[in-house]
Amino acid sequence: MEHTNIKAPQSENQFFIDSKQLPPKALAKKHRLERDPSSRKNHMEYLPGMEQIHSDVCRNVLTQIESYDPSRYTARDVKAALEHNTCTIEDFKALLSPAADPFLEQMAARARLETSRHFGNTVYLFTPLYIANYCENYCVYCGFNCYNHIKRMKLTMEQIEHEMKVIADSGMEEILILTGESRTQSSVSYIGEACKLARKYFRMTGLEIYPVNTDEYRYLHECGADYVTVFQETYDRDKYETLHLLGHKRVWPYRFDAQERALMGGMRGVSFSALLGLSDFRKDALASAMHVYYLQRKYPHAEMSLSCPRLRPIINNDNINPLDVHEKQLCQVLCAYRIFLPFAGITVSSRESAVFRNGIVKIAATKVSAGVSTGIGDHESKYTGKEPAGAKGDEQFEIDDSRSLDAVYQDITDEGLQPVLNDYLYV
Amino acid sequence: MNNDTLNIGGHKFHSRFILGSGKYSLKLIEAAIRDAGAEIITLAVRRTNTGKQENILDFIPEGITLLPNTSGARNAEEAVRIARLARELGCGDFIKIEIMRDSKYLLPDNQETIRAAEILAKEGFVVMPYMYPDLYAARDLVNAGASAVMPLASPIGSNRGLAAEDFIQILIDEIDLPIIVDAGLGSPSQACRAMEMGAAAVMVNTALATAGSLPQMARAFRQAVDAGRNAYLAGLGRILTRGASSSDPLTGFLRD
Repeated sequence: MEHTNIKAPQSENQFFIDSKQLPPKALAKKHRLERDPSSRKNHMEYLPGMEQIHSDVCRNVLTQIESYDPSRYTARDVKAALEHNTCTIEDFKALLSPAADPFLEQMAARARLETSRHFGNTVYLFTPLYIANYCENYCVYCGFNCYNHIKRMKLTMEQIEHEMKVIADSGMEEILILTGESRTQSSVSYIGEACKLARKYFRMTGLEIYPVNTDEYRYLHECGADYVTVFQETYDRDKYETLHLLGHKRVWPYRFDAQERALMGGMRGVSFSALLGLSDFRKDALASAMHVYYLQRKYPHAEMSLSCPRLRPIINNDNINPLDVHEKQLCQVLCAYRIFLPFAGITVSSRESAVFRNGIVKIAATKVSAGVSTGIGDHESKYTGKEPAGAKGDEQFEIDDSRSLDAVYQDITDEGLQPVLNDYLYV
Repeated sequence: MNNDTLNIGGHKFHSRFILGSGKYSLKLIEAAIRDAGAEIITLAVRRTNTGKQENILDFIPEGITLLPNTSGARNAEEAVRIARLARELGCGDFIKIEIMRDSKYLLPDNQETIRAAEILAKEGFVVMPYMYPDLYAARDLVNAGASAVMPLASPIGSNRGLAAEDFIQILIDEIDLPIIVDAGLGSPSQACRAMEMGAAAVMVNTALATAGSLPQMARAFRQAVDAGRNAYLAGLGRILTRGASSSDPLTGFLRD
């Protein structure tokens, strides 16, 4: 066995895995980071080069989560929330609370109504393209973390173009470009060049990369990207500190303001998410939605969307799981999002099963991925069965739903919904 | 009603039902044309597919007028760019201006719309601006060279019907261009009411797209629009006109 699993209580995830490939010095540093909090950098302090925008959004969001006590809400609050025409912040808090558990069906009915009002019966399709998996962060739950022994790879421009051709040939018109978080391996200009290529093959290009400064977002926008997704992972700063032990990602406030910097840099839309299962999922769901709420008020022209990923197993650690966030809880969160933020897009990724995704697009989700690979440079083999000439890089996490674009397209049509491949124009 | 035509920028139409673009499918377009009698079909330029999947342009039969819209534009310049792109794509000279600077309510920005209307009218487009029903803005659109004015009935997709009824009535009374009621009409009865008021046409999408039976609902809209138009042309009875009057003259007691 290549890795040693360290035993831990069942109620918590066991994230720490030691690779036998690590040199003793690196292993010692890893252990020190894991065991001695004083060996880690202050996660609330900006690193040199990180732009500070002094926004009030963060304070507003934190005030909401700090005062939120999910156990305080009753069935009466939930019923009232479902009766109101406009869902207030208090209503939303009730819908996220345990008191809403017995009202899931009613919530779903209301959510479906809101979805059809705002989005009709359309479901947007996209696919992610991982172009590099080098990472300088040690985020203990992530397959790309710098101490995890996986096959690392960074695609050349020729390889990226080849991947894009394969994806475009499948009929896909929207792409989400992803990298691991390594500024040195995947520089802003490297990502910019990939965006320029994407413009040739796709109608819409989104980015899910490490957070950057406003001027860098502006540059990437000019290269053709128009949407930026940044997952905050958890809004619980204390928990965040124990999960993101090393690297730029450790700086919580810089990550928090990423969407606002992206909008200041001219991006059309931004996407938000907490990774459910890391901390109290109700509070993280509240914080994600409030993040959207306050930024929408400040930038009313911007398009906003939410994702709702749960923890998944990774290479070398198949024990990672979303803990108490079962499908029912996930559905509750998605319905509450829809009722509180009827205008926001909701994306459900291939982390979830085909059955769940087919069901949730009828209720709340407006966007799903298809033909997904979270590995590097393996679209041709996954799409056509043809083995690529070069090497492949390992995956970030295990996906559950591996359906092709054609299969997802057909399933959505069979549900009486309308799959949409593009609803976008770069202007 | 054969002579009763809708005139938009020198083009004549017999149908007063226009299909909106929010949700589209082959079945929806078929129902709109065959069962609702639509002669104008809106097309979101940003939704035109270039790929191998269904392309809305392939669904449009000969003789149907395409009305491309500028949805996705956040200011006049973006709307102008989208309009020019529509022309390049072969969508003709009609353009529905839609400019939104709010992603929550998708309310049109009248000020930017007026600016775009002015530019596009000069470039020879048949300009049909989607707007918030404001008299001053409507007058400015007339001066900018618009060929119709398209006020919203209520927030888009809300199916709330004629929430802005009084303000739309003012536009109908004061503006010498066709007033086409757009957005928010949720049922044939609401479309009928708009036509009774004197609207030149209605634009509908969600109400039809989400119906149980598309052909049946399309027929219902056609009948409702015709009924409303006939009622308007016939001259509504006093009970239904604004300010109902008593059947006996109030001043009948006066002797000399």
